[in-house]
Amino acid sequence: MTSGPPRLEWRVARVVDVRQETAAARTLVLDVPQWPGHRAGQHVDVRLVAEDGYQAQRSYSIASAPEEGTVALTIERLDDGEVSTYLSDVLGVGDGLEVRGPIGGYFVWESSDAGPLLLVGGGSGIVPLMAMLRHHARAEPSLRASAPVRLLYSARTRDQIIYREELEQLARSRDVSVTITLTREAPVGWEGYSRRIDREMLGAVSWPPSEMPRAYVCGPTPLVESVASLLVELGHDPARVRTERFGPTG
Amino acid sequence: MQVEQMRMDGNAAAGALREIFSQEMTVAAATCTGCGVEHEIGALLDYGHAMGVVLRCPGCNTAMLRLSRTPAWVYLDTSGISYLKVPSVS
Repeated sequence: MTSGPPRLEWRVARVVDVRQETAAARTLVLDVPQWPGHRAGQHVDVRLVAEDGYQAQRSYSIASAPEEGTVALTIERLDDGEVSTYLSDVLGVGDGLEVRGPIGGYFVWESSDAGPLLLVGGGSGIVPLMAMLRHHARAEPSLRASAPVRLLYSARTRDQIIYREELEQLARSRDVSVTITLTREAPVGWEGYSRRIDREMLGAVSWPPSEMPRAYVCGPTPLVESVASLLVELGHDPARVRTERFGPTG
Repeated sequence: MQVEQMRMDGNAAAGALREIFSQEMTVAAATCTGCGVEHEIGALLDYGHAMGVVLRCPGCNTAMLRLSRTPAWVYLDTSGISYLKVPSVS
């Protein structure tokens, strides 16, 4: 008897917690009935149905580690977004939301995948990378040590860094390094980078190609394409560079 | 909104493909009829629109897979794929 993954069905999830991450980004923690579990990097589809039957559907990456049991989605509010504004402004603890998932197997990392890990994210592209970092933090110490992580995260301003405090905590582990670059405005005394990700920065932050890191790049399309080509120029194997592009869907 | 800004990748089409296929398709490998190169579906470029998705080859831009939806039917055109390699489930 063989069987594939379970059929993808819409389920009504319940919001059990809400966390404001930045002025524009909010995390909804969902309890999904019969959730089959997920892998770090996967996403869910979210469906909103209006009273007149009009439907809008979006994909959101899962931010929580598989070990957490709940499904956390971090939504960046876009002012003209018909879905993100509802998820950001209207939905609260106790409300229901239609989701289906987990979906995706390409942009996925598991702590049993040994070898150095390079994560590069821009803006809300940090979300699936955060699931990987949280998964890494919950792995056995020997697995963690065999998969050291370097994160390079590009945000516009310090206030727009999603998960800032948690990233600072994660960076205290000797198996994790976090480098942040601010592209619009850096506060006085800022010790990180303050420019867009370029070849020199990637060369300085990433593992040398000889270490054969697995690279995961997520963010707006221009950032992802630039970073992916720079990594290949720097000598990384294109087959080990996985990308996820975020369009401006609201 | 510019087309460039709309482009995403095969990961975004994963949910729609799971409505048709019984397996997670982003890890399936597809060979492009245009250039003969094999890519994982998750690595294809997705030009999503209201009616469905078009997945293009990242190398030569051939439209490898088109999926569109009407209230009664889902249409799948895979004429840009010469071979589709799906992990066998055991």
